[in-house]
Amino acid sequence: MARITAGIATSHVPAIGAAIDHGKTQEPYWKPVFDGYDWVKVWETQEKPDVVILCYNDHASALMLDVVPTFALGCAEEYAPADEGWGARPVPIVYGHVELAAHLAEQLVLDDFDLTLMNHMDVDHGLTVPLSLMFGQVDAWPVKVIPLAVNVTQFPTPSGNRCWMLGEAIAHAVESFPEDLNVQIWGTGGMSHQLQGPRAGLINPEFDNAFLDGLIDDTDDLRKITRLEYLRESGSEGIELIMWLIMRAALGKDVEQLQRFYHVPASNTAVGHIVLKPRASEKAAEAA
Amino acid sequence: MRTRPYPLADLEDIPGTTVFTAIRSREAYHLHKFCMSLMDAANRDAFRADERAYLNRYRMNEEQKQAVLGRDFNRLIDLGGNIYFLVKLSNTDGWSVQKAVGSMTGMTADEYAAMMRAGGRSPEGQRSIREDN
Repeated sequence: MARITAGIATSHVPAIGAAIDHGKTQEPYWKPVFDGYDWVKVWETQEKPDVVILCYNDHASALMLDVVPTFALGCAEEYAPADEGWGARPVPIVYGHVELAAHLAEQLVLDDFDLTLMNHMDVDHGLTVPLSLMFGQVDAWPVKVIPLAVNVTQFPTPSGNRCWMLGEAIAHAVESFPEDLNVQIWGTGGMSHQLQGPRAGLINPEFDNAFLDGLIDDTDDLRKITRLEYLRESGSEGIELIMWLIMRAALGKDVEQLQRFYHVPASNTAVGHIVLKPRASEKAAEAA
Repeated sequence: MRTRPYPLADLEDIPGTTVFTAIRSREAYHLHKFCMSLMDAANRDAFRADERAYLNRYRMNEEQKQAVLGRDFNRLIDLGGNIYFLVKLSNTDGWSVQKAVGSMTGMTADEYAAMMRAGGRSPEGQRSIREDN
């Protein structure tokens, strides 16, 4: 049976990708950012996940012009890195897991989530920067990836609570997939940042750290945060944090925190990163 | 009437912020189509060679074209634009996203970068026009 073994959250700032691609990770500005990911890189070489369900948002690269899907699930064999106006990032092609993606597509719609299914799309920094942060500069990504693109750009986005419910449904769908797969789920984007208007540059460390705390033991409170509250407190782009709730919900009731990192700034953004494991005790209790 | 957790008019109550909605998305459709065309290197070259002629290929209104030519990102957002589309333009110019974003704050690029290094803009006084908090 497939099983979700861990959840990871991280910001996905484009400048982080540019710093990696241009060999700037050891410069004084960037080193503190990348130091925060040393632990997870080593940990991932031991965990060796087979598949990552990667929740991210498309930044007007494949979506958002002609079609604005609330939840878009990638069902393709492969995804090319997008050219976002400066040439595509020099990173490997992202390979999908067609059978698990098809299973998710089936199960999640049966569970009343009206997904958009993507049989072709390019993937932008929202997806490739997290892969670079977890796996470094490699010739081939060591995992298959199922992209789950969430609209966090055009109001109304899905609510945080709806994202939570989708995460719960993903957990059930993965558990019912017969192949023995080590699956991780990642929530990306955030933390607080605003990329527009005179309020650009907003950073709210109190909100961000309360959010990180809440992922461990106050998830009911996180589910209640309204879109307006995200916009006011975490900036117009901070609402990307709803994607972290998909990840968190898929891990079940209790989690163990393996790693936590917070740093301001990377370009315009507060960087947050957390690694969580479902608590084994709860799994055992369910089985009993 | 169904109840909502807050009146949608509250979206207009955040200082210095424009919430990107379905009607704004429609207003900016052709502007955004232009922006996304810059994801192709040949199109970037054609735009650089003659910006005005390239813009005339798109059914944008004249105000939108003028704002593109002036790289006036606040104005482009007033005219319906969203930053994720608009950075295709600043990326084409070789600007960092920080430079594009900072250009909307009334600060110089150096001042904005310094503010970010010092921890960014505090949310204090920036949450609500009405409540002034």
